[in-house]
Amino acid sequence: MSINASGWRPTAPGTGDEDAAPATFTGNRALMLEEPLLFEIGSTDRTGVDLPGAPRVAGRLGGLERTAPIGLPGLTEPETVRHYTRLSRQNYAIDLGLFPLGSCTMKHNPRLNEKMARLPGFADIHPLQPIDTVQGALALIHLVGEWLTTLTGMPAVAMSPKAGAHGELCGLLAIRSALEARGDRRQVVLVPESAHGTNPATAAFCGYAVENIPATPEGRVDLAALRARLGPDVAALMITNPNTCGLFERDMIAISGAVHAAGAFVYCDGANFNAIVGRVRPGDLGVDAMHINLHKTFSTPHGGGGPGAGPVVFSDALAPFAPLPFVEKAGDHYRLVEEETVEEHHKASFGRMVAFHGQMGMFVRAAAYMLSHGADGLRQVAGDAVLNANYVLRSLDGVLDAPFGASGPCMHEALFSDEGMADGFTTLDIAKGLIDEGFHPMTMYFPLVVHGAMLIEPTETEGKAALDQFIGALRSVAERAKAGDPALKAAPRFAPRRRLDETAAARKPVLVWRESEAGQVARAAE
Amino acid sequence: MRYLPLRPADRRAMLDVIGAASIDDLFADVPDAARLSGPIAGLPMHASEMAVERQLGALAARNHAAGEGPFFLGCGAYRHHVPASVDHLIQRGEFLTSYTPYQPEIAQGTLQALFEFQTQVARLTGCEVANASMYDGSTACWEAIVMARRITRRGRAILSAGLHPHYVSVAETMARFTGDVLDTALPRLTDGAPGDDLARLIDAVDGGTSCVVVQNPNIFGHVADLSELAARCHAKGALLVAVVTEPVSLGAIRSPGEMGADIVVGEGQGIGVGLQFGGPYVGLFATREKFVRQMPGRLAGETVDAEGRRGFVLTLSTREQHIRREKATSNICTNSGLCALAFSIHMTLLGEAGLRELAALNHANAVAAAARLARVPGVELANGPFFNEFTLRLNREARPVVRALAEDGILGGVSAGRLYPDGDGRERGLIVAVTETVAPEDVDEFADALEEALS
Repeated sequence: MSINASGWRPTAPGTGDEDAAPATFTGNRALMLEEPLLFEIGSTDRTGVDLPGAPRVAGRLGGLERTAPIGLPGLTEPETVRHYTRLSRQNYAIDLGLFPLGSCTMKHNPRLNEKMARLPGFADIHPLQPIDTVQGALALIHLVGEWLTTLTGMPAVAMSPKAGAHGELCGLLAIRSALEARGDRRQVVLVPESAHGTNPATAAFCGYAVENIPATPEGRVDLAALRARLGPDVAALMITNPNTCGLFERDMIAISGAVHAAGAFVYCDGANFNAIVGRVRPGDLGVDAMHINLHKTFSTPHGGGGPGAGPVVFSDALAPFAPLPFVEKAGDHYRLVEEETVEEHHKASFGRMVAFHGQMGMFVRAAAYMLSHGADGLRQVAGDAVLNANYVLRSLDGVLDAPFGASGPCMHEALFSDEGMADGFTTLDIAKGLIDEGFHPMTMYFPLVVHGAMLIEPTETEGKAALDQFIGALRSVAERAKAGDPALKAAPRFAPRRRLDETAAARKPVLVWRESEAGQVARAAE
Repeated sequence: MRYLPLRPADRRAMLDVIGAASIDDLFADVPDAARLSGPIAGLPMHASEMAVERQLGALAARNHAAGEGPFFLGCGAYRHHVPASVDHLIQRGEFLTSYTPYQPEIAQGTLQALFEFQTQVARLTGCEVANASMYDGSTACWEAIVMARRITRRGRAILSAGLHPHYVSVAETMARFTGDVLDTALPRLTDGAPGDDLARLIDAVDGGTSCVVVQNPNIFGHVADLSELAARCHAKGALLVAVVTEPVSLGAIRSPGEMGADIVVGEGQGIGVGLQFGGPYVGLFATREKFVRQMPGRLAGETVDAEGRRGFVLTLSTREQHIRREKATSNICTNSGLCALAFSIHMTLLGEAGLRELAALNHANAVAAAARLARVPGVELANGPFFNEFTLRLNREARPVVRALAEDGILGGVSAGRLYPDGDGRERGLIVAVTETVAPEDVDEFADALEEALS
């Protein structure tokens, strides 16, 4: 297979042992640059800012001046830019290539979104400014809320949760409030075995006991088992749909019906909403609450681990319990309902779950994404995401074991197991082999219901050529794992680092930099 | 559609490989009743970059941006000047478009930056270790209360009256569901030192107390020595949780760690992160090394690779939800990585010398502004010691005054009545923050307008 449409292929480097390459004086390898820690290159008397002089006044710190050294090294601006630019080059990123982390939705981040979020009218406003001075900001929050309620077919939305897990918390608190309002003290939340770890953690965080519901052999929630377990002690089912096996829960309407009939609520983990946005409205499936990761479906950037945003949509049954604050439109005016303005008809709200009003910067980015795509573009987003995943799934037939390959088309992600690897070869080896091929690995060992799971989510922002190259690379690495190629155990060889010793890191954690004794001696001698 | 690379011919070829006739067929598992046949009704179709810029630009223009005139708001979000290079660096695609560093061999940039961030935060707060960030200060504060419960196995936390009321609300919301008991009080504007309730806290600590939560500087800007309170907590087996909502203050004021705090949480927004109408911000979380396994959130740690070279990994993940599930220390997953990076870059640009100079400038500006504003008839300064934020006691309710000032183009602080709607004298409080971005003529303009509004 050629690796691109023109058939051009880079000339492979010599097959000589890379380890035999001569060491360099610096430890660098041309563009692969080693970078010391800030604490090894900076100094406390250096700065990259010039400030105006301060007015001469008598201080009023009440004798609490910080006099002892703090130990914060500084760098000038050129040194700072170089330090972080060098660090950045040791990261893989969507901007560099396909990033198929299942469940994480690593799609292209449009730069228009960044530009819009930096407009001073959004970026440079304070959360406690008088309401009349932030009408545009409230209108923006309201606009994003309207898109979310329309796309989900649900009547209400809470915009303040800070990320997906925070949204889960918001949903469960609303459920618990609704139950308590009717004098019902249910103690159990049901979670399918394939759930994201945040689901049981969230349920436990707000005081629920967690019980697992098994999956059927085809990778979906076992409706019979669910029905058997439902009862007067069950507060909610937390379900992910499309689920983490990459499948649509085709019994979803029956599942919701059974849960409702038992007096419980349906919480949907919306991490995978990108697979169905514009094509299926969760409100039509009987969902009572669902968080939406704006940093997944609506492409606000992941930023190396956040910030995200996790607005939650609610059914009529839960809407009265939504948290403060929220935005209401009255004619041309937008009002912010918070402690100061809360009125009788909001009194069922379960309260505030975060300071201020949520992730405004993420709302602006999501708004730019929504407006850019429109109803037609979002429908295409889901279609292309699902098409790409099915293409990967079918292109690897006979190469990797797809435990649910016979369960119908997958949604936005394709799930494989480590079945058929040579003795001693694991999913981890395939992941590390992909790194050498220039790809970020897939999600490994999740969901837990599949042995050695590999969850691949290509997203809709990959073209066919990029997919073909990835498929070719994965096929090659998988064949090596099946054949027991010992070189694969040593992968990655070409990344900034070889495999890192995570056991040692956890056994004796080094979490902050401390100057070595030799360093202290050297500094004292200076 | 400019963001979608597949062409019609690609889609056809791919469908052939899959063995499906159309994309719609791939959604066969969706019940018919729930499958939409075309674009969802009630939303516009796709739009050009130009059109989106126009629409969002119009919304942005309806806001009064802080830079448009004199600006004096604080209360947990502070307007500081962020050097241009910070925003440039965090927009590098390798930072912006990367994920949580689960594959350390190709995420050393993020991991090393987080390790540096942790070290900076630990030193700034005067603690031994810090994590790789939380959502914001308010959620970090609740996580600290939960952590103190885990460590002490006691369920009663005492919250200072000077703790940011949103932080108190968040804790109250959560505590109603978890069963934690919170001992709270409202700050008073009538005393000499606003919200200074150290005596109440010291009295209240007993053998059932998990922690005392105290903010420094507090919501009214008051600065206090926490040492005696820390000693009292420790004598009773309780932890002291200190909250810092203005990180720049730590360049001038003795750190909570130095005063004996066991957990220091904070809102890091003031360094490197803009106001953004309240988010995204970055929660700081630092503590003693012996408590690290009870700490929530991600941690970057040092290790070596297979060739013995230094490298960094996420570590102690057995505390976290993706491994521990319902037994995790917290449900947090996505945190505030890019804001933590912005914090760290800004802190690197400042360095200790720059941070101290910035803090001194903030303090001097605030002292000068407080003196000027206190000369306005009908205005009293309510504070003893303060850093860059103080509270004015007006001769009338502050809310209408704030609105009148805004109509004059002056954003003149936060009315305490917005934060404490129940009055009791607090409605006369005007909380004023003065950072390095405030020019002397801004203060004059504010003082003149305030005089007019109060006359």
